[in-house]
Formats: sequence, structure tokens, C-alpha cells
Amino acid sequence: MFANLTNGLDFQSKALVLRADRQRLIASNIANADTPGFAGRDIDFKAAMRDATGGGNGASLALAQPTGAGAARGLAGGITNPQHIALQSSTTSLGSSGPRTDYTVPTQPAMDGNSVDLDRERASFVDNAVRYEATLRFINGTSRTMLSAIQGQ
Amino acid sequence: MSMFAIFGVSGSAISSQSQRLNVVASNLANADAVAGPDGQGYKSRQVVFQTVPLGSEASAGVKVSAIQESNAPLRRVHNPSHPSADTDGYVTQSNVNPVEEMVNMISASRSYQNNVEVMNTAKTLLLKTLQMGQ
Repeated sequence: MFANLTNGLDFQSKALVLRADRQRLIASNIANADTPGFAGRDIDFKAAMRDATGGGNGASLALAQPTGAGAARGLAGGITNPQHIALQSSTTSLGSSGPRTDYTVPTQPAMDGNSVDLDRERASFVDNAVRYEATLRFINGTSRTMLSAIQGQ
Repeated sequence: MSMFAIFGVSGSAISSQSQRLNVVASNLANADAVAGPDGQGYKSRQVVFQTVPLGSEASAGVKVSAIQESNAPLRRVHNPSHPSADTDGYVTQSNVNPVEEMVNMISASRSYQNNVEVMNTAKTLLLKTLQMGQ
């Protein structure tokens, strides 16, 4: 019975950890925007979330499973919109437990071999920060709901 | 709390960019320096950035791996009345290109600002995380 209470929190906390990892990765990209030969990296959030929840079950299934929209339209690289930038596979990961990282595809290659697109990284950084905050609010909302249910007020 | 690592990453970038700004300041200050009796004028200096892993693989910081001197030829200006002029009347000056240095300065200050912004956002997020469940 207790597991039913915390299922929703489990899912959101995994999302929060992944968002924190991605935030750190984007910070590294921005820090290395002027380093020659640096290859920018990112996390495919959907795939990482699917891995973290183990394919998902119950309520998290609908969120964690791929929608198949990209596959239905015949798009490669796990993208769901033709204007999105496909991530190239790599074998690197964030340590043994972290999510798999991919190298970003440079839109405007630089002479020094740096593949960081600062505009895109800044946009991703803000986007990720907002989503991190959204996840935090979900967690706060869930815990508040549970508390009011327990107290019966 | 893996987000604490952001302060290390962005901090290393800020310190590297400020070192770059420092070198630009030295170059601009010495742009019109005249060579001494040995004929060796001031040579423009440039920083070389290098990625340095901080703990885990996701945290990639930056460091200044070297400060290189430019090999461009020293500027020679015809000014026979100058006390340091050689027998042909030429004065040897530094090989600093002020336009390049100004561009370098703006680039460094923008990168610095970017990283400060990253640190501020990380701080806000961490503070909000501290208030979780309240």
C-alpha cells in the first residue's frame, strides 16, 4: 500500500536526477565553448528516462514509453520532428550508473574542432532549468496532496 | 547532489577566461612598447585552453594549459628622430595587433558572462531544491 503512495514520487525523483545530470553536462559544454577540439555532449532524455524507470510500469508507463511518432514518420536517430537534431551514438556514459551521453552534431563546424553551439547550449540550459523546476513542483504537489490525505483536513 | 559540480565546472571556466582577459590586458598595454637595445620587442601572448575532467566524466572543466608567444614579425616603424632608432632610422615595436586583442577581449568577457549566468541558474535551482516538501 505504501508503494502506491510513493510510485509517483519515485518517477519524479528519477526525472529530477536526470535533469540535474543534464544541467551539469550543459554547464560543461558552456564552460568549454572556447576549448579547441572539445566535443559537446548531451543526454537523450526520453531514452535515459526509459532506462532509469526500467521500461516503466503502472502510471509511469504512459510517460516513459516512446510514442512511436518519430518511427511512424520514418525519422532516424530517435527524433520525433524533422527539425530536431539527431544525436549520434557514442559509447561514453556518465560513470557506471549515469545515463548514456551522445555527441551533439555541430551545425556550424569551427576551425578549431570545437563542436559546441553556444546558442543551442544556452537554450538547452534554460529549457532544462525550467523543466527541473517543473519536476520540483510536481514533487512538492504530490507530497502536499499526500500530507493532506493523511491528515484528513 | 551532482549539481554542486556545476560550480566547479563554471568556476574553472571563469578563472580561465579571466586569465585570458589578463593576457589581453598585458598585450594591449604593451602594444606600443619599443624594443630595448637588444632589439627584442614585446611579443603578443595567447592562452591555450584545455579540457580537464573534474571527478566524473560529465564534468568537464577548463584550464589554461599554456601561454604561447606569437611568432609574428615585430613591427618596424620609420622614425629616425626616436632615441631607440637603429642605423637605418627604424624603431622596433611589439607585434601586438590591437584589433585582434579587442575582439579577443569581447569574446572572453562574453564567455565569462555566460558562465556567471550558468552559476546563478544552478544556485537558484539548488536553493529551490532545498525547499522541497515545504
